[in-house]
Amino acid sequence: MPDVSLAALAAQIFTGLVLGMIYVLLAIGLSLIFGLMTVVNFSHGALYMLGAYVGFTLLRLTGSFSVALVMAPLLVGALGLLVERFLIRPLYGRSPDDPLLLTFGLSLVIVETARLIWGKIGLTLDPPRALAGAVNLGFTYFPTYRLFVIGITALVLVALWLFLEKTNVGLVIRAGSRDPLMVRALGFDVGRIWFLVFGIGAGLAGLAGILAGPMRGAYAEMGVTIIIESFVVVVVGGMGSLLGAVVSGLLIGQIVSLTTFFAPKLAEIVVFVFMAVVLLLRPSGLFGEAGLLE
Amino acid sequence: MTAVAAWVRRHPVICFFVAFAIFPWLVPYKSLATQVLIYGLFALGFNLLYGYTGLLSFGSAAYWGLGAYGTGIALAKLKVTSLWLALGMGLGFALVGGAVFGFFCLRRRGIYFAMLTLAFAQALYFAGFHLADWTGGDDGLRGITVPALTLPGLTIPLDRSVVFYYFALAVVGLAVAALKRILDSPFGAVLQAIRENTDRATACGYDISRVKHLSFVFYALFAGLAGALDALRLTVVPIESLHWSTSGQVVIMTLLGGAGTFFGPFVGAAAYLVLEDSISVVTESWPLVIGAVFVVFVLFLPKGIWGTLIGGFHGR
Repeated sequence: MPDVSLAALAAQIFTGLVLGMIYVLLAIGLSLIFGLMTVVNFSHGALYMLGAYVGFTLLRLTGSFSVALVMAPLLVGALGLLVERFLIRPLYGRSPDDPLLLTFGLSLVIVETARLIWGKIGLTLDPPRALAGAVNLGFTYFPTYRLFVIGITALVLVALWLFLEKTNVGLVIRAGSRDPLMVRALGFDVGRIWFLVFGIGAGLAGLAGILAGPMRGAYAEMGVTIIIESFVVVVVGGMGSLLGAVVSGLLIGQIVSLTTFFAPKLAEIVVFVFMAVVLLLRPSGLFGEAGLLE
Repeated sequence: MTAVAAWVRRHPVICFFVAFAIFPWLVPYKSLATQVLIYGLFALGFNLLYGYTGLLSFGSAAYWGLGAYGTGIALAKLKVTSLWLALGMGLGFALVGGAVFGFFCLRRRGIYFAMLTLAFAQALYFAGFHLADWTGGDDGLRGITVPALTLPGLTIPLDRSVVFYYFALAVVGLAVAALKRILDSPFGAVLQAIRENTDRATACGYDISRVKHLSFVFYALFAGLAGALDALRLTVVPIESLHWSTSGQVVIMTLLGGAGTFFGPFVGAAAYLVLEDSISVVTESWPLVIGAVFVVFVLFLPKGIWGTLIGGFHGR
């Protein structure tokens, strides 16, 4: 066990918070799409990877990180809209396994295309100069950019919450996840809501990618490990539950980060052990409703 | 249906042996034929679980890898000299893995099941990575020497690729016969009942969770046997055996061939491997092509090649 100083531990907890925020962004998108459309989007990790790469290119072209930060999620979201319209939509009414299989094939295509465009070697993204360096938090120094990631993610989550809870579109989305048939009977075009939600989910994955870029770089395989961990986050939190995705994402961020600190070799496995325990005690996840699409 | 087709349907095991006895002379080189046999067996196991029971696993690499490492560790680390004992150890690893992981994964149904199988396989991948003393870690498990095949009064060295092919054909053929027996049994009928309507099968009084668990264990055994044979074929176990891409491969093969059809897995394995073999010569971006082909199949040809050809029952 390493020499534990309180400051190092606190820094590690902050690192876990940043990691958790990335998980939350991915898991919320997955959970939103699943809750509404009962579609598991396997290509979510590939969209996350695209977010980082597209962000890299935008940064190269415009020289402005803010432009990249806004545009990359929008572009990835737009790609998500196309995917829903032309690939997912023909599968509605078929087995729920089919969209999962299709998006799995799609993720191979996206990852390989990214290799062709951006090359096989990973790229580094520089955080903007204003966010370089570290901030003194009193007990430890912490990279400014990571604090920025925590702030942005919190902001986006609050905005998403307001959108879902306070707007009419949000109301229809929430109703649609409870009872799509009834929403349709009331005269709403459920297909358009699904279209929109898939785009939002894809955009959130793109946002997670561009945010993670300056911390982890951009490389074609970056979405693979994190998509599996995000699945775990969603399963632990409870499929379709947004609160569950947030709580479970932050929790698993801490678990990974602290295990990395105390027992690095176990860091990759501990997530799955934790999931097994949760499943034994609460098969529907921490906040999940039992029986949703089983 | 013509009389020939009906006969083929009734005697799939004989047809299997006949087709694969001449198969090595139909492909560009013999080792490709061996690969088709072994991956076909892998897909056969996956098809039992997905095509016949309706459970989509994205963690097949775990059982393939356990079979490969079980046999590999027996030969390279424990210096076992009996081929049968080495294969048995691979099967034993896969059996234990299938029983334990199956127990956890089957606590949830539908899509959750798919994600759980994936997550557990990923955990095993990392475990294999870190247990380098036994698995060779990132470098793969090396130093496997394949013992000669010993039967009563007979010893056959397996170092020639043609000999190894027919050895693999005998083993895989036995597995195919076993699968036929399973599917024809009352247990096999319950599996398909679960796929069609789980609630109704429950209402008929079947212990669904036990039947599913048993199906999962059979799936793990078939996958493990395939992995064990592959360890003998390669004389090395790469860490990629446990990687999720291996799980994805068997999903693609089975769906290309036709899930829920008896020969679909072998047709799919052949299509996949021949495609890979011919495209990877032309371009490195071969996953792009197979991914696109797979997307097209899910959208327009969900019955797969074999399923479409025989126009038979589509498994889901």
